[in-house]
Parts: sequence; C-alpha cells; structure tokens
Amino acid sequence: MTIGLQHYLVVSAALFSLGVLGLLTRRNAVNVLMSIELMLNAANVNLVAFSRHAAGNLGGQVFAVFVIVVAAAEVAVGLAIVLTLYRLRRTPNLDQADILKG
Amino acid sequence: MTAFALVFWAFAIVTVGSAAVVVLSRTLIYSAFALLGTFFGVAGLYAMLGADFLAATQLLIYVGGILVLLLFGVMLTHKIYDLDLRSETGNLAAGAIVAGGLFVILTATALRSHWSTTPRPPAPTTEAIGQLFMGTYLLPFEAASVLLLVALVGAAMIVRRRRDA
Repeated sequence: MTIGLQHYLVVSAALFSLGVLGLLTRRNAVNVLMSIELMLNAANVNLVAFSRHAAGNLGGQVFAVFVIVVAAAEVAVGLAIVLTLYRLRRTPNLDQADILKG
Repeated sequence: MTAFALVFWAFAIVTVGSAAVVVLSRTLIYSAFALLGTFFGVAGLYAMLGADFLAATQLLIYVGGILVLLLFGVMLTHKIYDLDLRSETGNLAAGAIVAGGLFVILTATALRSHWSTTPRPPAPTTEAIGQLFMGTYLLPFEAASVLLLVALVGAAMIVRRRRDA
C-alpha cells in the first residue's frame, strides 16, 4: 500500500475533529486556544498535502506559511485577552466571562 | 508495508494520539506538553510530504514560539503552587456528536472523491519559496509582516497594567 493524498486527508480530518471537540468541550480559555491551534495545523497538513500531490506547485506551502503567521498573531492576542480576563475575574474559565451579558 | 508507510503511520499515530491527549486530558499542563507531540508529528508529516522548509518552520515557530507562549499562559492563569491545574469539560455529549459527525463527513469526502493527483517530484523547497515570497506573493508577505507587528503591539497594549485602574 502506497501512502497517497487520502491518507494525509484522513489524518488531517482526525486532527481537525479533535480540535472541534476540544473547542466545544473545554472550559479553560488556554485549552480552547490549544484546540484552535490543532485545527489550524490540520488545515496546514491539508494545504501541504494538496501542494505535494495535486497542485504541482508550491502555492499551498506558501499559504501554509501565512497560516502559521496568522496563528502566531492569534495566540499572542488571544493570550493577552485571556490574561486580562484572568486579572479581572481571577478565573480562566470561559463560562464566567459573562460581563457583557447585562 | 514499505519503510515509508511505516514512518508515515508512526507520525500519524503520534500526531493524532497527542492531539487526543490535548483534548481529553484533565490536567492542563499535560495538554500543553502533549501539544508538543502533535507539533512534532505534524512537522514529520511535512517532511514526508517533501516540505523541508515548512517542517523546519513548524519546529521553530510552533514548538519554539507558540508552545512556549501557551505554557506561559498556563502558568500565568493559575497559582503556580496549585498542584492540580484542572481543566473542566462541559457539553461532552454534544461536542462528541458534532466532532464525530464532522470526522465522518470529512473522511467520507476524502475517501470517496476522485482526486486528480499529479505528484510533484521531491526537491528542496527553500529557494523556491523564497523566490515566491519576493515575487508573486510580495504583497501578502508585506501585509503579513504588518499584521504581526500590529498584533504584537496590540497584545502588549492589552496586557499592560493601567496606572489609573
């Protein structure tokens, strides 16, 4: 059995689904950020796999680099917000971040 | 089973297994360290796909940067002496149904579609990616650099303690 495009797609689907599961079930904000990283990594695996097996050019890899850049920016801003929230509420739990609820 | 397939399955198991620990572990610090395994596994998958530059970038930025940042997040949002950094879960049944359904749909799509595959022969990619960044993708490259600058300045601005508050 040769390893082809579909093997990578299935691994990426598993990674993405686990990210969705974590995003929906975890209450801790840092853990939710980790789940988002899993989903971004799954998308990147897809991009690189298609770049290798289907597209015949490097566009997918270039786009993956941009995704990594956006992930870095997202984690920096996300953690800043989580830290500010923690300072305000003394808890990293997202359930208790209901200040705007009125 | 060839050696290539064996290495692929090893990386796939490491990636998905660590991701499962990230999502399901009750202890937050275990999740953070399991994320290390996921990032390494994904870097291995990149290497197997012939993306040498991206594999190195993954290790440098994700393992060296993002993971350390997340660990700081874990440490700063808990009392360090608090030994059990528990992370609660909720909506487990609904989340499992949504994630499981998504996995089934994505896998079915991946396996049943006919992909026209024309494999690119493996070749060093660093120079070609550099040429693309300086040529075709120059504008997105510059926009990404400005985005990073703005995001980091904004992050520093948000966490700064205000004197009057």
